[in-house]
Amino acid sequence: MSTLTTLARAEAVVEGVAQRITTVRHVHLAKRPLVFIPLTMAGEANAPLAAMAGDDPDNPTLLIVPQPRNRDQRFAFAAELADIVIGYVDSFLDDVEEVTTNRGKEVRHRYADAPQLLVPNPGGVGFTRLFGRSTRFRRTDGDYPVHPSVPLLGRWLTYFTERAEHPGSSALVPMTQALTMHWATGQSPLEDAQLAAFMGWIAPPDGLTGAEAATAAEDPVTWPPAGPATDPTFDNEVLAPAMAAYDRAVATDSHVDRRRGELEEALRTQLEPTWRLMWHAVSLLRDLPAGASVAKRWAEDRDAFTNFTEQLDAGGFPQPRRDGAVAAARRLHRMERALTSYEVQRAYDDPMVMADYRLTGEAFVGDVTAAHPTRVDTSGKKRVLRPWIAVTTTDPVMVTPGTTLLSPEQPDGQKARVMSVTRKDDGTTAVVLELTGGMGRSLTPAPGSVPEVGKRICYTTLSDSFMPPGSFPSREETPWTHGGPPAPYEDSAPTAEDAREEWS
Amino acid sequence: MTSVGQRLAAIRGGVQPARHNARTIAALTGNPGCARRAVLDCAGVDKQRLAAYIDYPARFGQSQFAITRGNAFEAQVKANGCAELLRLLREQLDLDIPEVSYDDLESVAGHESQDLRYARSRALLTRAAAQAEGAGTLFDHPLLRLEVAGQQAYLEPDLIAFQHAGRFHVVEIKSFAVIDGQADAGKVAAAAIQAAVYVLAMRRMLEEAGHDPESVSHDVVLVCPRNFSNQPMAVLVDVRKQLAVLRRQLSRMTRIDALLAELPATLTFDLAPDDQGVPTRSPASLVAALEAVEARYSPECLASCELAFFCRHEARGCTAALGKAAREELGGIERVETALAIARNQLAPAEDQKEAAELLRAAGRLRAELMSGVAG
Ligand code: SF4
Repeated sequence: MSTLTTLARAEAVVEGVAQRITTVRHVHLAKRPLVFIPLTMAGEANAPLAAMAGDDPDNPTLLIVPQPRNRDQRFAFAAELADIVIGYVDSFLDDVEEVTTNRGKEVRHRYADAPQLLVPNPGGVGFTRLFGRSTRFRRTDGDYPVHPSVPLLGRWLTYFTERAEHPGSSALVPMTQALTMHWATGQSPLEDAQLAAFMGWIAPPDGLTGAEAATAAEDPVTWPPAGPATDPTFDNEVLAPAMAAYDRAVATDSHVDRRRGELEEALRTQLEPTWRLMWHAVSLLRDLPAGASVAKRWAEDRDAFTNFTEQLDAGGFPQPRRDGAVAAARRLHRMERALTSYEVQRAYDDPMVMADYRLTGEAFVGDVTAAHPTRVDTSGKKRVLRPWIAVTTTDPVMVTPGTTLLSPEQPDGQKARVMSVTRKDDGTTAVVLELTGGMGRSLTPAPGSVPEVGKRICYTTLSDSFMPPGSFPSREETPWTHGGPPAPYEDSAPTAEDAREEWS
Repeated sequence: MTSVGQRLAAIRGGVQPARHNARTIAALTGNPGCARRAVLDCAGVDKQRLAAYIDYPARFGQSQFAITRGNAFEAQVKANGCAELLRLLREQLDLDIPEVSYDDLESVAGHESQDLRYARSRALLTRAAAQAEGAGTLFDHPLLRLEVAGQQAYLEPDLIAFQHAGRFHVVEIKSFAVIDGQADAGKVAAAAIQAAVYVLAMRRMLEEAGHDPESVSHDVVLVCPRNFSNQPMAVLVDVRKQLAVLRRQLSRMTRIDALLAELPATLTFDLAPDDQGVPTRSPASLVAALEAVEARYSPECLASCELAFFCRHEARGCTAALGKAAREELGGIERVETALAIARNQLAPAEDQKEAAELLRAAGRLRAELMSGVAG
């Protein structure tokens, strides 16, 4: 948490309502996201109990497992969920766009849009990951055959959770995290983990302060937990008797449908409030204008989606339980690069995010107080355009002469070299900068390419410049220190053992 | 001058002391600076009841599904004289265990006093420690105790002590799953600190009896279901780090007699009921009693202390209620309004706030500049 975010928390306490900490939205919001709220059975290892899912706020599908300890019922749930998820995913396969690469010399195709899964919290991501793990190795033949859609569901859920680990991806978004990025509440981050309390701070009902609404939202009777864990009191007082009644009905073969209906209604009460909150949160986020780089990052998600559908079409094995050494290192490297550029992009897109860097001296905002736009440097062999500008700022300036700075407001590729930094008596600082690039080819700068006197401008050391991909040995050349080359598909080929894996 | 024991009994009032377990001790060390918690826990006040009575009920309910599953798993591992457990110790931890005896130290009659049960556990375990080369033995449910803030607290015996080749290991059976070698980090951390409480208590017991405390291993055996099945698996968990934390926190906890000296002699949290079963004292008088003992609320209390909702309410407007990191970011300033007023340049900082004030003001300036550009 930055000092500015914390200050915003303090403001929220005093104002009684959550405070914005960004000017724009940094996550992509699909036109038609799939909201998915899973619930698990307490005490069991990721045993599904119920879920509410759908892409239409007015028409959720409720799935339940009347007896979560029953293996067949779990797979029936998986097959029903597969219908929803795979049906949703497939709906993106019709619309393809062309992308030119390699300076326009090559053309490739990618899907014009991609699926987006929204879950209430990181626990929802965890459920998705484990449910993917427990279904993707299943087989449609052999001892315990499952419906063909079950292993496919597992692979899709795994795709989503792997994307979720990728900084800047919006393929699978836990809602509390999306809210945390954009609003500061007057409570602690621990309490922010509860969706209903968070929403209470952002949009308190009439007549309540954010604090009051958040406290009211902690009452599990009116606001059941957003899952995957259920409210223990609900388990003990409602769910357990209803489940027992269902079991008796099955045993005596009487009123099974009615008892199942009762269970459904009980579970619906636990899911519906969260369903409404999720769509409310979606509309709040949608009201924020998207940041300039959001579309670019979503294009990467669309690339990933396109690639994954190609992998599926090509056959091959489900994602391994664990990456081999080379794959793991490569993945880590990719994620580090993604994280850096995600952070830089957000700062460039959003003055409120950039402000964090101004506070630490990695950026400053000031007014252009002097400019020499046509300055030509004649010291070298060739005369070159090197305009100078002076920027006066009240921000603390930590940069030193010689440093290269960039400005989010200036043309791509324009660099500013710090020539001098002068602190004045009135507390302001004047920074003289020499500009290169982004001004056209002649010795007079293209119109508007040099900041004019009076312009308010931001300069920063942050840069999203291209980072070379790391070089890694191929799979076959995995050094012995890292276990040597893995046997072909050793770690991913599902065995009969995997397919049969106990799930009790 | 009344003894500490008498004072604590008066504070608790005419009810049975609440019992400690490894979880409550672990939680206690999570917030060692809180006098309120130290006093209530040392006196054995039933905080759950107290919180409910003053209308800030704690929500630490457990689902019966979780309890059933936990019990079933434990029973499975312990069935037939811990046959399954022994197989795990032999096969997965490669321990060469020949013959093993199994001793259940659970009270038979059920109304043995804790002192007696402790004495029995102690006698058995120290005898075993004396015969270092003796055959392997499993001691189920030994009653241990630990000194907390100068008072002996008995621990619910939720462990197996396993002796092998002259060394004791603490065995904990937990029903959370280990999937592809990974388990919920929070649950593993909780299990590790609880196991460390047992290791420490056993070490102290043996040390008092003149044995080498190091004969209790810092490697504890954690038994959990594997993947999505009911099949148990065992892993060794090194709890040295947890032991160090625990020792440090326990020694840092202000001694209870020093705390009591500061408190009104009449202080009591007596929840003794009248004929109708309702406590005779009013909720308001209990709240007043609570307010007489200083608290140190932090959001972590929500997961570890029954009084959290009350203390949180009391701490409204304090920077600490926003979390430790936030409090530090706000320069350690106590009240939110103060920090904000300093940031907005509406209030001159006190001498000790000067340094923090500079950053706060810079942040305040930025925030004001930026908020003018955002609606809502
Ligand atoms: S909840 Fe209150 S009594 Fe409990 S540890 Fe926190 S501050 Fe102390």
